[in-house]
Amino acid sequence: MEQLKTLDGDSEFPDPLEIPDLIPGCMAASKPYVAAPQFQEPLGFPRELVENWQDKAIAKMAELRSKYRSFRVFLDCCVKCGACTDKCHYFLGTGDPKNMPVARQDLLRQVYRRHFTLAGKYLPWLVGARDLTEEVLDDWYSYFHQCSQCRRCSVYCPYGIDTAEISMAGREIMDSIGKGEKYCNEVISKVHSIGNNLGLPKKALKSTLQDLEEEVLEETGVPVRFPLDEEGAEILLVAPSADYFAEPHVAGLIGYAKVFHQAGVTWTISSYALEAANFGMFIGSYENMREIALRIRKAALALGVKRLVFGECGHAWRAAYSFLNTLAGPFDFLDQRYPIPQHICEFTHDLIQAGKLKFDKSKNDHLRLTFHDSCNIARASRLGNVPGGQFEIPRAILKACCNHFYDMAPDTIKESTVCCGGGGGLLTDELIDIRKAGAQPRMRALRQVAEEHGVTHMAAMCAICKAQFSKVLPMYGFDREAILSLHQLVSNAIILEKDSQESGGNEG
Amino acid sequence: MLTVAYASLFYMATAVLVGGLAFRIWGYATTPAPLKIPTTPAPKTRGGVVLRLGREVVLFESLFKANKWIWLFGWLFHAALVVVLLRHLRYFTLPVWWWVGLIQPFGVYAGLAMVAGLVGLWARRALVSRIRYISAPSDHLMLALLVGIAVSGLMMKYVTHTDVVAVKSFVLGLLYFNWQPIPADPVLLVHLALVAALMIVFPFSKLLHAPGVFFSPTRNQIDNPRERRHLANWARELEASRS
Repeated sequence: MEQLKTLDGDSEFPDPLEIPDLIPGCMAASKPYVAAPQFQEPLGFPRELVENWQDKAIAKMAELRSKYRSFRVFLDCCVKCGACTDKCHYFLGTGDPKNMPVARQDLLRQVYRRHFTLAGKYLPWLVGARDLTEEVLDDWYSYFHQCSQCRRCSVYCPYGIDTAEISMAGREIMDSIGKGEKYCNEVISKVHSIGNNLGLPKKALKSTLQDLEEEVLEETGVPVRFPLDEEGAEILLVAPSADYFAEPHVAGLIGYAKVFHQAGVTWTISSYALEAANFGMFIGSYENMREIALRIRKAALALGVKRLVFGECGHAWRAAYSFLNTLAGPFDFLDQRYPIPQHICEFTHDLIQAGKLKFDKSKNDHLRLTFHDSCNIARASRLGNVPGGQFEIPRAILKACCNHFYDMAPDTIKESTVCCGGGGGLLTDELIDIRKAGAQPRMRALRQVAEEHGVTHMAAMCAICKAQFSKVLPMYGFDREAILSLHQLVSNAIILEKDSQESGGNEG
Repeated sequence: MLTVAYASLFYMATAVLVGGLAFRIWGYATTPAPLKIPTTPAPKTRGGVVLRLGREVVLFESLFKANKWIWLFGWLFHAALVVVLLRHLRYFTLPVWWWVGLIQPFGVYAGLAMVAGLVGLWARRALVSRIRYISAPSDHLMLALLVGIAVSGLMMKYVTHTDVVAVKSFVLGLLYFNWQPIPADPVLLVHLALVAALMIVFPFSKLLHAPGVFFSPTRNQIDNPRERRHLANWARELEASRS
């Protein structure tokens, strides 16, 4: 990465959270491709826009209103105070007022009011109620796909209104009338049929893992294993499928394997439940999310594992931490002494605490690091036993294996973290404009620490963040390889012992 | 005639307010929250959630994080409103409770603070382009209604004095179903009509934020999804099809 040595403090860098002027409609044309009929059907949705879509959509709203308290309470109780208006990274990056969280919600709320409230039925002009016209549906399709469901707005709302819930509901309504998003629905189809988002077949996976074993052996002289479908292993690792083929994701996977090796535990990957990601969440579909989650239960039962450990992925950890027990539990057949599921960072951190991992921190001395909190880990889950562990544990791991660590501006990290710009089902090429704009606050915060502390690299623990940053970093003048996996740094610095058994059985 | 009209109006308004709110709250309480969605970091215990909601309701914690101006005006208005409402208890109690007597002098300042808070909020709604964009006519009307109530109330203190003894006997008459004549003071009549209007629109408007905040899943859920399985009834039915 290019380092600009201007430490005299004269140079002014734009505030990451600078509020733009309103530019109405400037992102109206940004919309993802519509899902083809063959990718609607396997998810249980109509193949294409149904004839009486207005009525169907209103009926779906009524259903959601009866099934989700969040939907009902959030649509009823917004007072339009404006607290959220400057909190969305897509608004900060574009200035399009419909990317203000409250305005995004209002796209749905105006129709809800028209059909489900007294005032909206008889005095629509008074409360801003509208019929569901084609124009409104177009807005839904554009702007509910300009929300990465990062929940930053929900932190600041005095009633905790979470726009993620509204955009999920909006997408579910659109799916139910046959207007789904190509990217998400294709991915989910692949999971249902093949078992992972990328459609990786078992054979390819097998050879990738063999290559990794050889590579690590060659590099370290230590036989670190990457086992696939091994019955009777203690741990089932469920990682995002990008960890098996994308950079810098693979480097993180190597890190997990080395940690398992040092821990002296047996582990395996499942070709049936390879995928940690659960795009069912992005489209708000309980049924699809549940079906994907059940694959993990089946694999755990079939392989006879005792523990579940998840790899680095933000929304996947939300789906695992917050939802897996609900969707696919109870996991009474697993070892109850460990959290179910457990995050790889919790696993690694426990070992560090117990003094079972040794690091040569100088191996990371060529890097000056910062850390990007992924939204779903920061605001929709937890790591460890203490609220806020999701902020402290990754930093503790980084500080254990790196000498140079600097946090970005406080209002852009931890619970206030700004999204990478590619989450929530937006990681598709046709949305690159909004993705780039949405990354602006994070890129500006990164620029600040690059200038002030000479930071060269940013670690993240989410497959989507990593893929998104690889793409947008160059657009902001950074090296595309400035984004690293958290466990890549563990991998760099960890001191391996030849025979993992010697390092001693069970960790805490 | 006037007395009958106002008495009926207040019985009706009270019925709408109480019935409407009960209906809403029943709706919120009986609609399931099928997934654990607290905004984290979130408390791990019931007691922690009570504290979190308490800070939210009393201090407007999240709003404070979001925007200091909105917090200042909003908190000022709500805190002042509480004092003003408590001050008005003197019209409903005989003899007046001692502490209600104690806060009487503060009530007037609270009335002024209430107006200041409302004007601040209204100014932002009109002047900040982001907030202007999200405002519907009803948002302005709601502020107008509240300002109207506060100003008409203050007018009776500072401009035209009303026969408060007669007002009190009218109110107590409503309470004990023994109607007494209402003083035909125009400012009082405006004040009371606006209050009745507020009571009536309450269950049909954004004023539902008052009960709503207690039912917000992102604020009232305990962070314990790994320890306790959380399952809605409608989701339980899906389990039947599972092997």
